Amino acid sequence: MKAILGRKVGMTQVFQDDGELVPVTVIEAGPCTVVGKRTLDRDGYLGYQLGFGFVKERKLSKPVLGQFKKRNLTPVRYIREVRVNEDEKLEVGDVINVSVFKAGDVVDVSGRSRGKGFAGVIKRHNFSRSAMSHGSKYHRGVGSLQSRDASRVFPGRRMPGHLGDENVTIKGLKVVSVDPEKNLLLIKGAVPGARGSLVMVKASSRQG
Amino acid sequence: MDVIRLIEESQMKKDIPDFAPGDRVRVHYKVVEGGRERIQVFDGTVIARQRGGARETFLVRRVSYGIGVERTFPVHSPRIAKIEVVRRGRVRRAKLYYLRGLSGKAARIAEQKKS
Repeated sequence: MKAILGRKVGMTQVFQDDGELVPVTVIEAGPCTVVGKRTLDRDGYLGYQLGFGFVKERKLSKPVLGQFKKRNLTPVRYIREVRVNEDEKLEVGDVINVSVFKAGDVVDVSGRSRGKGFAGVIKRHNFSRSAMSHGSKYHRGVGSLQSRDASRVFPGRRMPGHLGDENVTIKGLKVVSVDPEKNLLLIKGAVPGARGSLVMVKASSRQG
Repeated sequence: MDVIRLIEESQMKKDIPDFAPGDRVRVHYKVVEGGRERIQVFDGTVIARQRGGARETFLVRRVSYGIGVERTFPVHSPRIAKIEVVRRGRVRRAKLYYLRGLSGKAARIAEQKKS
């Protein structure tokens, strides 16, 4: 199964063999254990629950800890589900590491974007700013909300509000290199989330 | 521990000659032309170095047929075959952007006396 959980470490740049300089995001990915299965009979679809990261036992509630104990697993910090199309014959306790990917693979990366708080319409929806000077008294506002004839504001009007801290997937990123020894993935370009946050890397739904 | 640092260090070249802004250098740069690789030399004065480990770059300025030409090279690029220091210059600042406004005699840089 081509999916793995990891921690975003940060960004840097690396030289390719031909001397090209490529911006990369470093992800410390896996090893992930399979902590659960979804079956057609029981759940109506196929999938696996992947677990990642170290957690102290005392940080978990007894019901959660019991689930790990029952399956003879070391507790993990994060659990995420991956759906698959066909049975991959993985069992609970199996380990997935970065070597499922190789350089050149096209992947989708999901993460939780950085929270920006309550943001205005310029930052949040890329609206244009009005003149800051030349006698203008209207600077970063939303502008007109509707036509006068409409006499009401249509649903879906883009306005200020909370920005960021949502699940974001970036599709079609390229794997630059894989280091199975250090569990590292180098992916070309930026990836959602803050440094240290959880990301999921999957084989892309797009064809490379 | 610091993974980014490890990656950057693995990218760095160990045999970079010592050079600084004000120095005249010849940069031997590999260019690929029509599938063939050859070495091009860019000769000029180093007017800035942007430090930053593996991401370090330097800016070389030369005046070619009366036109000022500046090129930025990544210090650790595998495309740089060699950096030759031709002459050491004595300058009093790290960024020599003021050279852009000067020409002829005024744009010269004094040679550093051996210490």
